[in-house]
Amino acid sequence: MKGLQRIDLAFTATKNRNEAALIAFLTAGHPDLAMTERLVLSLSEAGADLIELGIPFSDPLADGPVIQRSSQLALEKGFSIDSIPELVYRLRRKIVTPLLLMSYCNPILSQGLDRFLKTIAEVEVDGLIIPDLTLEESATLHKKCAENGLALVMLVAPTSPPERIEALAKATTGFLYTVSLKGVTGSRQTLPAGVIPFLRQVKKLSPQPVAIGFGLSKPEQVSEVSQIADGVVVGSAFVKLVDRYGRLSPMIVSTLAKRLKKATRR
Amino acid sequence: MKQYRWPDEKGHFGPYGGKFVPETLMAPLTELEEAYRQVAKSAIFKKEFHYYLQEYAGRPTPLYFAQRLSQELRLRVYLKREDLCHTGAHKINNTVGQALLAQKMRKKRIIAETGAGQHGVATATVAALFGIRCEIYMGEEDIHRQALNVFRMKLLGAKVHSVQSGTRTLKDAMNEAIRDWVTNVDTTYYLIGSVAGPHPYPMMVRDFQSVIGKEVRKQIVKKEGKLPDALMACVGGGSNAMGLFYPFIEDKQVRMIGVEAGGLGLHSGKHGASLERGRPGILHGTRSYVLQDSSGQIHPAHSISAGLDYPGVGPELSFLKDEGRMEVDNVTDSEALEGLHYLAEMEGIIPALETAHAVAYLKKRARQFKEESVVVVNLSGRGDKDVQSVAALEEKK
Repeated sequence: MKGLQRIDLAFTATKNRNEAALIAFLTAGHPDLAMTERLVLSLSEAGADLIELGIPFSDPLADGPVIQRSSQLALEKGFSIDSIPELVYRLRRKIVTPLLLMSYCNPILSQGLDRFLKTIAEVEVDGLIIPDLTLEESATLHKKCAENGLALVMLVAPTSPPERIEALAKATTGFLYTVSLKGVTGSRQTLPAGVIPFLRQVKKLSPQPVAIGFGLSKPEQVSEVSQIADGVVVGSAFVKLVDRYGRLSPMIVSTLAKRLKKATRR
Repeated sequence: MKQYRWPDEKGHFGPYGGKFVPETLMAPLTELEEAYRQVAKSAIFKKEFHYYLQEYAGRPTPLYFAQRLSQELRLRVYLKREDLCHTGAHKINNTVGQALLAQKMRKKRIIAETGAGQHGVATATVAALFGIRCEIYMGEEDIHRQALNVFRMKLLGAKVHSVQSGTRTLKDAMNEAIRDWVTNVDTTYYLIGSVAGPHPYPMMVRDFQSVIGKEVRKQIVKKEGKLPDALMACVGGGSNAMGLFYPFIEDKQVRMIGVEAGGLGLHSGKHGASLERGRPGILHGTRSYVLQDSSGQIHPAHSISAGLDYPGVGPELSFLKDEGRMEVDNVTDSEALEGLHYLAEMEGIIPALETAHAVAYLKKRARQFKEESVVVVNLSGRGDKDVQSVAALEEKK
């Protein structure tokens, strides 16, 4: 089993256990590829249900300072999108956790869409999340992802009107990514105002599983949104630990992942 | 090109343009599109826009017959004097239009990115004029290069944010402005200064700037009894070029020539020649020619002029290039510097370093035009802001 099916199964499994899926994000190549591999393994072992690998980009306009910095560091170390297939190939020999790539449009397009999608599907990447891909520009990519068995996850935001949420929920495959706030990625002290009713609204409009992300880092926050959401994305909190603890980070990242996983239980 | 009707309803110019932004910005972009559609057909808005262009910005600007230049180059050279606009560059045409629109949309706060600082100054100016709060994002590197403009923005009551990320130039200032917009989307109007960014900006900025080309049409027919043989403009993002070219697109006998920043030479890799050396890609919400490496990372641009130091270019210019309607060339940093001296000494006009690229092109390629050809150079900005950095450069030599 792979691709879209593997993602579907992950959400079914967590639903049956009466918990939300923990979706952990890391910047690929930060601090280097070998560490990314170790970090993904320890996240998977700690109970992350899905893992997002961020493709570093020189101009990450939806990201806050933490992910910006990690991307810049990875690029300074010579990260290239070419290294992704090998990384995923190695990971796939050890784990079955669904893996998604999060990338801005340009790095993916620069590879030539057909070739890139074929390559990542072969090594068993399961899906793509593209924060600057709008519904209006997504038709070709949706078609090609479907042909390769890959999920293409669309995002909804607090500014999206109901009819747009419905359209995005219809177009998305894998799950619907709900952006919790108006702003960029990065931990916030408290849950954004109005997030619970917004999440309820999205849940009502979406036949697909609904995950929520942006600004979430603490078990209390994760616990609260897990009552409604099918999945919770945590990114900057992990990246910050990787930054701070370097070689020791797999252990520390694992501790946070375990606490967050516990918080997803209803 | 007969019946030029771009962009289409999705904001595409052929394969270029469109909207590539975080979902959070889709609703505000739709709101902006709707508001612009309303004002674009409103006679009252047009009247108001032209009132401020005339009474406040000083339009129409002269189309000056450059006598000595013409004699030496054996051409009939006209300079469209956008440098005589209030604030010293064409940028004010667009900021007046968009600030009026922001006012209609009841936005309380305007943000903008700036490279050379000309757009920042023009934005701060109209924000003061209409009593709207204003914050400007500018790369740290550019803040050093354009100290005078930073001071002007502050005098005009704007807050200037120094952008420390990435290459610390225009592209990063734009990233930071977009991040601000995503965060403060309810209260804030993002006033983009070039024909770049997501739809409807490339179309809207072009429309506001096309007052340049419309005036040139009338003026040149009056002076020469015919349309010009060629139009020339420097191209960074491309707003002064689109403003001049747009009203002439369907007149295919009029050559349109965009002059990019050759920097240290195209072979050096240090330049701003997106149209000549870039590949189609997606940057700042639009599809266009982009300077990038083989794995899709944006390649830093380089130019002596902060305003041309941008790795992207407007989608419509990308389209016009592919269609063969626009010609593209470039001049290097040192040629641009010579261009500045040349115009200063020949005509008593000190152009901005950006503008000096178009002047340098004219000087360099004059022989390739038939004698007595009528050419119009868009004199997009004046050089006061560059005098200090030019002096510093020449001291080093």
